[in-house]
Amino acid sequence: MTYSRRTGFPKKQVHLAAGFPGVNHWTVWSDPRSGSQTDFASFVHLAETAERGKFDFFFLAEGLRLREHLGRLHDLDVAGRPNTLTVLAALAAVTERIGLVGTLSSTFNEPYDLARQLATVDHLSDGRAGWNVVTSSDAFHGANFRRGGYLDKADRYTRAAEFVAASRRLWDSWSADALVGDQPTGAFLSDPDIGRYTFGGEHFDIAGRFTVPRSPQGHPVLVQAGDSAEGRDFAARTVDVVFSAHAELEPARSFYADVTRRVVAAGRNPDSVLVLPGAGFVLGDSTSDARDRAREVALAQVGPETARAQLEQVWGAELPDLDPDGPVPAPPTSHDTTIRLGQARHAIDPLAQARRWYDRATTEGLTVRELVIAETTRHTFVGTAAEVAGQIDHAVQTEAADGYILSGHITPTGLDEFVDTVVPELQDRGVFRTEYEGTTLRDHLGLGAPTATTLPTDRTAVSRPTVVGATA
Amino acid sequence: MSSLDPYSVAVALDGAGWHPAAWRFNTVPARSYFTAGHWVDQVRQAERGLLDFVTFEDSLTLQSSNLFTADSRTDQVRGRFDAVLLAARVAPATRHIGLVPTAGVTHSEPFHLSTGLATLDHISGGRAGWKVRVSATPAEAENFGRRTVPQIDERSLQSGAAQELLAELFGEAADAVEVVRRLWDSWEDDAVIRDRSTGRYLDRGKLHPVDFQGSHFSVVGPSITPRPPQGQPLVTALAHSTIPYELAAKGADLVYVTPRDADDARAVVGAVRQAEDRVGRTGARLRIFADLVVFLEDTPERARSRKARFDGADGAELVSDAAVLTDSPTGLVRTLAGFREAGIDGFRLRPGASEADLRAIVTGLVPELQSRGLFRRSYDTGTLRSRLGLSVPANRYAA
Repeated sequence: MTYSRRTGFPKKQVHLAAGFPGVNHWTVWSDPRSGSQTDFASFVHLAETAERGKFDFFFLAEGLRLREHLGRLHDLDVAGRPNTLTVLAALAAVTERIGLVGTLSSTFNEPYDLARQLATVDHLSDGRAGWNVVTSSDAFHGANFRRGGYLDKADRYTRAAEFVAASRRLWDSWSADALVGDQPTGAFLSDPDIGRYTFGGEHFDIAGRFTVPRSPQGHPVLVQAGDSAEGRDFAARTVDVVFSAHAELEPARSFYADVTRRVVAAGRNPDSVLVLPGAGFVLGDSTSDARDRAREVALAQVGPETARAQLEQVWGAELPDLDPDGPVPAPPTSHDTTIRLGQARHAIDPLAQARRWYDRATTEGLTVRELVIAETTRHTFVGTAAEVAGQIDHAVQTEAADGYILSGHITPTGLDEFVDTVVPELQDRGVFRTEYEGTTLRDHLGLGAPTATTLPTDRTAVSRPTVVGATA
Repeated sequence: MSSLDPYSVAVALDGAGWHPAAWRFNTVPARSYFTAGHWVDQVRQAERGLLDFVTFEDSLTLQSSNLFTADSRTDQVRGRFDAVLLAARVAPATRHIGLVPTAGVTHSEPFHLSTGLATLDHISGGRAGWKVRVSATPAEAENFGRRTVPQIDERSLQSGAAQELLAELFGEAADAVEVVRRLWDSWEDDAVIRDRSTGRYLDRGKLHPVDFQGSHFSVVGPSITPRPPQGQPLVTALAHSTIPYELAAKGADLVYVTPRDADDARAVVGAVRQAEDRVGRTGARLRIFADLVVFLEDTPERARSRKARFDGADGAELVSDAAVLTDSPTGLVRTLAGFREAGIDGFRLRPGASEADLRAIVTGLVPELQSRGLFRRSYDTGTLRSRLGLSVPANRYAA
């Protein structure tokens, strides 16, 4: 336990993760410092930087299809991703302590495949694997997969919950003491039925033998980012880390309180779930220098054509005559959701969102480009290293977050300055580790041994005791 | 092929080796087969021997002593990692050797297979291959619960129903290989343009939908992963009979076959070449590698006696689809020469024991080949394809 130097009270520890810059307009490719978005060397640089900064984990998103705008491949933003799991397995070779978390769909995978892959990465990294469960289910992404867009939106969380329960059944199918390996007697295994499992639900009816011995963490760490009520409930019942979209202080606090309420309602200890908003940052030598730099970054993130494309997406209409540096046109009366495909949208009521954008532009006198900058750039923390450390510390101590998943805007060096300057400030404040204390990702996050989950839909629930000592 | 052309030698890595009792005679503890360090050590050793590539075995159910059904034995190695991820873990720890993981096409998503293998190629700087695997057992199908596969066994294998099932599964496999290959080509090499003047990162004219529609699945594309450095990572398949020969002839660059001896090899090579003709293969002909299980000691007697010890420990003589050779390195070189005369291009050696026999390949067989001028003395800087005399193929979508 660390105590505040100022008050003497115990201080909550900050958890930090490094997100690889995304396939979106926040990642600035026009900057001369911008490196490859897909070369392995870029992933190595960021993972090594984050490990140097003693971050909890490295975080990778997933691509299932290239994004489209107005029916054509979107060509303004960085594009292209290597396979998530393959990159994580390779990063295990060049890092030693940092957690390796990948975003993987519960819709366009099958539990047997994915549970094997995640258990494999957990072994190959000595207990550092994590899985961000995503539930995208639309036909656009499905067009690259065997069953297409077969899943109704309402079913995506029931499938995800069954998928996770089935994966846990598979991970539990090898007891921690299954491998004997006694050469004189020839006993390799303790149990002739090792790996045997069945799982029967609405979405999965599977049985067989699992091939991967129990992994160092027992179960990889589970992460989830859904923002809907269903998504929050799924997270509260199921996962270890909630990746939140609410980074600004007040919305973050109300999200944090809401998730905590749902975690308690699900019968879990609120300390067993961490809330980590995604956040961006811009650092400077002084407060005004940081603001100037944030302005430059915003202009690079939102060029004129990106401003047009963003407004077209929110307006749900093609706007060929738009002047990005001119006034915002009247909001639409109908909305075409297929303008932009392949990108998560948060607006539940797109017409209301367009109206709100228009009202803001009118009230504040913003051009199209200024409006898009104001609405879409995600500069959560702007200031000197000491100021940003103070903002993060304050947010964590006041229950806005347990930490952040940080993404720089330059691939792959965008986190260097943060690690070199903000991390030492956080360490000075006594709220961030100066050395890794444990070896597994569960250790870094302060999570205990995993527990099995049983679903009401599972017809084959077994009252198998949870295997303990899994991290031994 | 001149007898002085250099030999191609690959090693098949699996557990403690290919004899089911080998784990009892290795020095490492059983737990080590489930550590990254063990696999890195194995592949680095193969790399010290300048071998062409290593393969990693995999399947979608637990190993069994029975080819067609599960067993309950507790005295043999059980458990495997996902082979693509294992190869990815090894890649940054090695520099030259080819990495060829097994990955199944019957139950997995072709899109994920394509990006996974393309990524392995990016990570390894052009050293990736793929050993295509078809899953034909109900045990594997039940892990996915999406289709019913009837049980085949030794007796029913030649029946009409079994052959029909195999033709369907291998037909789907050919589709999967085609999709994976199209996705690899779906980005032209210069698709990323970073044009500041127009604000465009991509030249969308250099990205191509693959628009594959088959009876088992459809994939639109393009891939999310840029074209791998080899263009097309090396596609390989193990084949024992006509249907798999034709899959290899349609989709693979290299086929592993299992001739009993040099005479049989001549017949097998003929059958593979006929399969190439039947499917109308164009471009480079299939590289044909003979799979051989090897026990190597200073003398053939010692090799035989070690294998006999292993057999005794397992309670049965080793049964394998491939020929089992107990020999000295010199004797093995003579045998390999006979296979080469029969038209075999290279060899995938399956070490009987992962320690003794991999070591003997590297420190015994390789120097014997080198002293006869039949094996490289250092790696060149090329890709796995170029090592096997295969060029970077033209992109099928490039104008």
